[in-house]
Amino acid sequence: MSAPAPSNRSWYKRNEIAVTPWLFLIPGIAFFALYVIMPIFQSFWISFHEWDGLGEKTYVGTAHYERLFGIGDQNMDRKFETSFWNNLKWLVLYLLAIPMGLFIALFLNQTVRGIRIYKSLFFFPFVISQVVVGLVFSWFYLPREGLLNAVLGFFNLGSINILGDPTLATYGIIAAGLWPQTAYCMILYLTGLNAVDPEQVEAARLDGAKGWKMLWYVILPQLKPATFIAFVVTIIGALRSFDLISIMTNGGPFGSTRVLSFYMFEESLSEFGFRMGYGSAIATVLFFIMLGFIVYFLYSMWRDEKEAR
Amino acid sequence: MFPTPIAKRSRSWQLTYQSLLPVALIVWLLPLIAVAVFSIRPDSDFTNGNYWGMPSSFNFFENYGKVFFESDMPRYLLNSVFITIPTVLGTIALSAMTGFALGIYRFRGNLLIFFMFIAGNFVPFQILMVPVRDLTVNMNLYDTKTGLILFHIAFQTGFCTLFMRNFIRALPFPLIEAARVEGVREWQIFPYVVLPLMKPALAALAVLIFTFIWNDYFWAVVLTQGPDAQPVTAGITAFNSQYRAAYHLMSAGSIVAALPPVLMFFLMQKHFIAGLTLGAVK
Repeated sequence: MSAPAPSNRSWYKRNEIAVTPWLFLIPGIAFFALYVIMPIFQSFWISFHEWDGLGEKTYVGTAHYERLFGIGDQNMDRKFETSFWNNLKWLVLYLLAIPMGLFIALFLNQTVRGIRIYKSLFFFPFVISQVVVGLVFSWFYLPREGLLNAVLGFFNLGSINILGDPTLATYGIIAAGLWPQTAYCMILYLTGLNAVDPEQVEAARLDGAKGWKMLWYVILPQLKPATFIAFVVTIIGALRSFDLISIMTNGGPFGSTRVLSFYMFEESLSEFGFRMGYGSAIATVLFFIMLGFIVYFLYSMWRDEKEAR
Repeated sequence: MFPTPIAKRSRSWQLTYQSLLPVALIVWLLPLIAVAVFSIRPDSDFTNGNYWGMPSSFNFFENYGKVFFESDMPRYLLNSVFITIPTVLGTIALSAMTGFALGIYRFRGNLLIFFMFIAGNFVPFQILMVPVRDLTVNMNLYDTKTGLILFHIAFQTGFCTLFMRNFIRALPFPLIEAARVEGVREWQIFPYVVLPLMKPALAALAVLIFTFIWNDYFWAVVLTQGPDAQPVTAGITAFNSQYRAAYHLMSAGSIVAALPPVLMFFLMQKHFIAGLTLGAVK
């Protein structure tokens, strides 16, 4: 070190332990604040304005929110309503990934030859990008060329055009999303099962516990951390669903597969003009839905953190 | 072990299980197998309606050759590489430092900052979209790889800080005290004491972030628009409109786009799973 002013150096020396963490934190915090924390508040701000992304912002108060929820002498925005209900479908049905993942994990938790390769191949869908998963499933569902209808035809079950049917399309996309999500939950549970205390299992076995009872009373309580993480990632995944919808149906048919994240994108960056203000209002609603979950997740983590001390 | 090890079951059970495994796997991967089969079919199979019979010829080289030599795919792939690698390096550098600060030191606001990183990591992308796009445009970085990289680094730092901090927390603390007693300067503890112990965490995060960023689609369409900067996830849609209804080529293209993270996963499986299942075991 080229000697800095002596008083300077002794100041650092005296406060070393207090100063050092901040030196290491500043770059990370600065980046994160600029790109993640501030934009959240900017979005709130923009949602009270009319803005095309280029010119001046015009303040419109809560007009966007009134339009979304149909306050006053207007109806609720129908596209928003559809998106909201679809989000709810996503949330509920996406959670199926957790029991499905557990089921596959239990199926694969054996020690036979080649089981490791089976585990990796079952996990495979999670590694592929959602864009490709979306393409793969939209081809799988194709009415003429798709494998699904080929299989249905083989069993003489007729044919369906899942993505062309407004009542089915959303479920078709959720099924595609469940594929990688189940794989993720499976790997969480496989790891959890690996750490299950064998002595407890043996003891329970001696007490005559088996099958469902064993699973429910002995195994599942020990898998609680894995279940918690599976729950967190699945909820977030459900509310973030965008790629699959954009690739598979682009919101159609007749707008039946829109969710809030997709509708927001459409309003803000569509070819019909950039309605950034209205888009931000939709994003804000989505954010507050998510915030409920975030607070719950953080509370759980904070509780664990306190126990650990 | 639960369920009961198959070795302790009857012979017929074992045989059933052994034969069920491959069947289950094929059913599970069926949509993917279908695409793989499509990707080696010749064009004529599709015009003749031979979708699911035997391919009339093996066109692996023709189809994949077209993807690599007659389309923009190589450019998109290269863009993906040049977006993903700097993001991985930048994120790891930033989060190793934040993780160090939050994991080693006790100070007012430690937990608050930690929770800010976690919470930020959970927010929906759409709440960030308009301001981040605006910021990128104002910095003259719209439709550049740099614009995309900067955002990705910032956002991924949230998740990585969680990971690094918890990893560092689990390191033996007496090591750091010993270093202090030896007279190691406070800032030197990071490069000389902590960093060498963090190799498993660095490897796990590197493969995870590689996969996340390679597979990103949303930010690619928000912050970029042409073959100059777009990564392969966004490029594949352009590729597909170029070869509309040519399913053999679209399938080959998708497989190429999906492959790098798959390779990464199989090469670094242990680290990958260690990263994903962080916290799944107490």
